[in-house]
Amino acid sequence: MAGQELIEQDIHEQQLTRVVVAACSPHLHEKTFRGVCERSGMNPYLSEMASIREHVAWVHTDKVAATAKAKAIVSGTVERVLKNDPLEAIRVPIDAQTLVVGGGIAGIQAALEVAEAGYDVYLIEREASLGGHMAQFDKTFPTLDCAACILTPKMASAGAHPKVHLFTWSEVEKVEGFVGNYTVTVKKKPRYVDEDICTGCGICVEKCPVLVVDDKFEAGIGYRKAIYWPFAQAVPNLPVLDTETCTYYIGGKGGCRACEKFCPTVPNSIKFDQKEERVTLKVGNIILATGWDLFNARRIPQYGYGRLANVFTNLELERMCNAAGPTGGKVVLRDGQTAPKRVGIVHCVGSRDRNYNRHCSAICCMQSLKTAHLVKERTGAEVYNFYIDIRTPGKEYDEFYQRVLDDGVHFVRGKVAEISDIPFDPAEASRNGAGTLYIQVEDTLAGMQRRIPVDMVVLAAGLEPRRDSSEVGKTFGIACSSNGWFIEKHAKMDPIATMTEGVFVAGCAGGPKDIPASVSQGSAAAARVLNYIRQGELALEPVRASVLEERCSGCRICNGLCPFNAISFIEERKVTEINAALCQGCGTCVAACPAGAIQGTGFSNEQLFAQIEGLLRDVNRSHEPEVV
Amino acid sequence: MQRNARPYLDSLLAIREDIDLELQEIEDWNCCGATEYMSVHRVAAHALVGRNLALARDQARDTDLLTAGCSACYLNLAKTDAQMREDAGLKDTVNQALAAGGLEYEPGAMKVRHLLDLVCHDIGYDAVKARVVKPLHGLKVAAYYGCQVVRPDYDSRWDSHEHPTAMDKLLAALGAEPVEWSLKTQCCGGHMSVIGPDVAFGLIRRLIHGAQEAGADLVVTLCPMCQLNLDAYQVEMNKHFHTDYQVPVLYFTQLMGLAFGKKPKDLGIGKEFVDAAPALAKIQAEAPKVAEAKRKRRPKPGDALPMPGME
Repeated sequence: MAGQELIEQDIHEQQLTRVVVAACSPHLHEKTFRGVCERSGMNPYLSEMASIREHVAWVHTDKVAATAKAKAIVSGTVERVLKNDPLEAIRVPIDAQTLVVGGGIAGIQAALEVAEAGYDVYLIEREASLGGHMAQFDKTFPTLDCAACILTPKMASAGAHPKVHLFTWSEVEKVEGFVGNYTVTVKKKPRYVDEDICTGCGICVEKCPVLVVDDKFEAGIGYRKAIYWPFAQAVPNLPVLDTETCTYYIGGKGGCRACEKFCPTVPNSIKFDQKEERVTLKVGNIILATGWDLFNARRIPQYGYGRLANVFTNLELERMCNAAGPTGGKVVLRDGQTAPKRVGIVHCVGSRDRNYNRHCSAICCMQSLKTAHLVKERTGAEVYNFYIDIRTPGKEYDEFYQRVLDDGVHFVRGKVAEISDIPFDPAEASRNGAGTLYIQVEDTLAGMQRRIPVDMVVLAAGLEPRRDSSEVGKTFGIACSSNGWFIEKHAKMDPIATMTEGVFVAGCAGGPKDIPASVSQGSAAAARVLNYIRQGELALEPVRASVLEERCSGCRICNGLCPFNAISFIEERKVTEINAALCQGCGTCVAACPAGAIQGTGFSNEQLFAQIEGLLRDVNRSHEPEVV
Repeated sequence: MQRNARPYLDSLLAIREDIDLELQEIEDWNCCGATEYMSVHRVAAHALVGRNLALARDQARDTDLLTAGCSACYLNLAKTDAQMREDAGLKDTVNQALAAGGLEYEPGAMKVRHLLDLVCHDIGYDAVKARVVKPLHGLKVAAYYGCQVVRPDYDSRWDSHEHPTAMDKLLAALGAEPVEWSLKTQCCGGHMSVIGPDVAFGLIRRLIHGAQEAGADLVVTLCPMCQLNLDAYQVEMNKHFHTDYQVPVLYFTQLMGLAFGKKPKDLGIGKEFVDAAPALAKIQAEAPKVAEAKRKRRPKPGDALPMPGME
């Protein structure tokens, strides 16, 4: 008979009023055993779990002492459960509108899934167009299909879907409320182009005389105008004006105005005086798909990025390989003309390195293999990959690696020490010619130092959390791990949800991922949201903190401590109030309150003292019940 | 510093009042063991250095700063202090050895700092700049740090361990123009100039050639060993390879002295093997005309790809 059935049977036969399960931590299976109690007619909150796996079995090797500890823990839990009150779940209604933050592939996928099910989605994107990093890529591994060919149809569907309400060039400023009932303030940055009038004809862009380096979409190797489209297939198809380079703004107001002069729409679409706007949205759930930032390769000065002209990043190479990119798809040196004959690709730049990031960026091995293949195919150059380990665990990824090996690409196992423009001696200089870059590396398979002369170096810069991830986390009431990625509710069993109900994470916001994984997570997050929407209302754990108003002195010490923004101060009554739907029962405020005015349901003083007494009772010597 | 690196000492003494640096020599100091001894006999090497640390602690008046101008001396002092901090066993062994001489050293008691570190980070670029009366305008300099000062950097004193900029900023504060080059922290050869000259010559040539290629009029060092190898052995290296490099090598303190208006003779200038006079003649009395405020060049399509820059 299965364990759960045994418990059910015992509840019925022995007329049990309390249940203690001595097993793992409550993290995963508390729900399971509460369910058993509920099915058997008990109030589910009259059961408790004693964690003898995480707290005992996994952490001790001395069996006798461990058994004694396990008994003590069970004894404490038994005393505690006697003081448990029957509780009722809190029920909150779920607003059917959803907020998706981030218009990269994960966010687009999530938004489309929710919209296809018939519910309204607000899709917020910080940049001027949907697309995210994927829009910058040339080919996608391992199939080498063009990134734009598979991404732009999705962007277009999201842009045109009647249920997807697009806010590009916008950021979420404030989030209030709780699962089912969030109020979100979105800041719309001025585009200086009227979204309702502009037809996207592009004459303004064509006539703008100011050309500047495009650090965003073209990764710094191409140009754009001061008024520009983020890229050719931008959704929405609207230009945006950059006030930092536009003559009208930097040369004293009134200069140039070519865009306005040539704009054919009536009334004119160019709005130099457009202001920031704020929009308030009501949503039930939030999906964060905020993506990643590229590691700044300048931080490893011995690799020469920013100093040595022909050291490129992987993102620059993506743009260079792209037929719509600055070089028309030609792989060339910084002079814009010469095709390299020898190319070195350095893996793990800023990843798996205790000086920068310890994490593996997950995608760079495959991306570097793809780059090696494309460079070889387009230039016929000798291509060298410098790697620590080759990691190709995805579907048909290793097959692609084999294919690149068959292409004749060279692989040197070793972490590159330095990339220098200076030859060791005149002999080396005359052998390799002017402009050669020397890659110094320890070949750990051959057990020797190598200096490999190349014309071009590609640094596989890793993925990092967004630079502002911790502030963004605070806005949404979720936490980042020490390295800056958002923390999921459970790394294995619940990688989409967060510790804040109604806030989900998809794509690289939670850690480095490739495209298939990001798309899967977008769909998964949408499924979770749809599940909540279909339920109409949600039962929340009643384990909550509550304020005894008569004891609250209004000192406000607890106000700033709540990681879930659940605490607010009521000015009229000068007392603090806790929003039960927002509170996650963490207990921080309970511990901090100097007046003892905050109580944690399920963690009352009575319960905790009982538990301590149970722990200290000498259960190991005698099994006789204590006779008072 | 009193013999091989006399110009380093003279120039330091000449500028110390300008930068409010009060110096006290450790009496009865001993050799630090240089670069090699640590790998020959670890405990003895640390004891040797430990003795200097203990003497410094006992003699220091109102300070816990211990500075060395030489990269190897600095590194050894810092290394022994750090390793005694981390390794209680080593600390005990070293102190047992020191006890024979009536000494004891509690690691961390002295803060070991290279002279350049003190000048750049404690005295500061602004204070140095305020003392400049004769800016070194027109002089292109290659700042050479060598391999031992910025690595392993036990107390996180430097901005980068591979491509530092502290001395470049100092030289810029003096009015000179530091050149961008890739060999700032490459090895000068150390004692290989004596033990295996062929190896050292190769390294020296690479550095001298690199500095020249980068457009430098002279190389600026912070270490007597580096100076000796690049300067005195430059002549030997020229003989060895039948080349004729003439790149002078001075100490950063000498350039500070020049900018502070000291007489070259008082700074030990003229004692170098490769004459610095032709390079120093480039220093202009007047500030060079600042090139017209650089207008952002408007790129034309078809140009080379833009360069990312260093930020």
